[in-house]
Amino acid sequence: MPFSLTPGEIYETIRMIQSENLDIRTITMGISLRDCASSSVARTATKIYDKICQKAKRLVSVGEEISREYGIPIINKRISVTPIAVVGEACDGRDYLPLALAMEKAAEQVGVNFIGGFSALVHKGFTRGDENLLNSIAASIAATERVCSSVNVATTKTGINMDAVYRMGHIIKETAELTKERGAVGCAKLVVFCNAVEDNPFMAGAFHGLGEPEATINIGISGPGVVLNAVKNNPQADFGTLAEIIKRTAFKITRMGELAGREAARRLQVPFGIVDLSLAPTPALGDSVADIIEAMGIERTGGPGTTAALALLNDAVKKGGAMASSYVGGLSGAFIPVSEDAGMVRAVEEGSLSLEKLEAMTCVCSVGLDMIAVPGDTTAETLAAIIADEAAIGMVNRKTTAVRIIPVPGGRVGEKVVFGGLLGSAPIMPVSRFKADSFIRRGGRIPAPITALNN
Amino acid sequence: MKEEQQRAIITVVGRDKVGIIAGVTSALSEQNVNILDISQTIMQDFFTMIMVVDLTRAAVSLQELQGILARKGEEIGVQINAQHEDIFKFMHRI
Repeated sequence: MPFSLTPGEIYETIRMIQSENLDIRTITMGISLRDCASSSVARTATKIYDKICQKAKRLVSVGEEISREYGIPIINKRISVTPIAVVGEACDGRDYLPLALAMEKAAEQVGVNFIGGFSALVHKGFTRGDENLLNSIAASIAATERVCSSVNVATTKTGINMDAVYRMGHIIKETAELTKERGAVGCAKLVVFCNAVEDNPFMAGAFHGLGEPEATINIGISGPGVVLNAVKNNPQADFGTLAEIIKRTAFKITRMGELAGREAARRLQVPFGIVDLSLAPTPALGDSVADIIEAMGIERTGGPGTTAALALLNDAVKKGGAMASSYVGGLSGAFIPVSEDAGMVRAVEEGSLSLEKLEAMTCVCSVGLDMIAVPGDTTAETLAAIIADEAAIGMVNRKTTAVRIIPVPGGRVGEKVVFGGLLGSAPIMPVSRFKADSFIRRGGRIPAPITALNN
Repeated sequence: MKEEQQRAIITVVGRDKVGIIAGVTSALSEQNVNILDISQTIMQDFFTMIMVVDLTRAAVSLQELQGILARKGEEIGVQINAQHEDIFKFMHRI
């Protein structure tokens, strides 16, 4: 077979990796812990630790092997597990902290930096296990480094569990308080979802859904830098051409994920799950979704036109990516976290990007109000109301939305809180001073929308 | 049945000088790595070379070869990358 690649193509790939931050953001192994249930918390914790260590013992070394052979950086190796509320349900004990500690210990043992799945699905109500888990979240996050927690409070099919929304307002406050010495970093590991997906490879919201197999490999790709350069190189292109350029770029980026995923699954002898097409920014220079929006011609992200630009970007990435992968899943949309995207941080600091504009942007992309720092005096009721708004957007539009918000204890508008690493740093943003207390305290569920009745 | 090739792409970038190709190819031949194709140009004083190699009969694995080439690169003063061919094929060919 003659060799068919051109030097131009080879240099393009190398340029994407070496100077445009193209990487595989995460190889996430989903592991079912359903067989770890037992009547004792201590026994369940032991089984959780053993199972994770057994299933994931080669995850990091295989990830590093693939990274070296193909010359593509794989930034994170991570694990997602069955929602712990399900695993812990059969336990007599009510404190699930030992289960979180078992996850932490296993994650440390196998060498992953985050493990997701300290989670509960409560969109229609609480079981005993859900109650226990929710009561254990704040202490568990505070006592661990790597454990991530998520709670699904709404779906299009069931409506919004407003009791759960209100409780999450309180749990976020409590988590902030318990981790205040570290800039309330605990809240960066706690996500509130509407329409949570079962195969999300990205933290902090990853968990291994109940319809998933024993174990699986899900891939999260990255590549805002590559898309940014493609957009920058075509300043005069009309929208059709621009969409086409982004599609082509997204195709190439996604192929990397597809290759890494297939290889990792083969070497680890677990089924390949999905490639998540999300554009995931990092605090690194040029690796920013906000920069792409600005390269399209918006002076500052958050200004008029931002939502339209983001809609075009998000759609083109999906169209290109969907063609490149045999299985697409997860969240699959551009992420707009504030702290993890230097361009977003700049837009907030210059007064261009507000909480309300971010909310509008979440209507057209993945995934929600993400990594947003707000003043420490923001009440649980106001946090709950913000969550409810975001859940309503997800519920009505049949999409995933999420809230990862950080009420920084003692923090005031304009100050900056630093989390470090991929979590970046966030300017504290103003929140509306008008209250929703009486609304939130009504309790009960917001019924599913008419759009859910599609059978 | 024809034996399947294990191909890798080697790229060499650095300031042009005497002996780059000789240095790289001798390192490859020492490990019994077969060169299938070479393309080489000088761009603004920079020497750039792409080689397609076959590792089927090589004495070392791709990972070991990467280490050998990295050391060779330091010795000659150029940057040498060796990557599995699939990354390029996956990205540019359907």
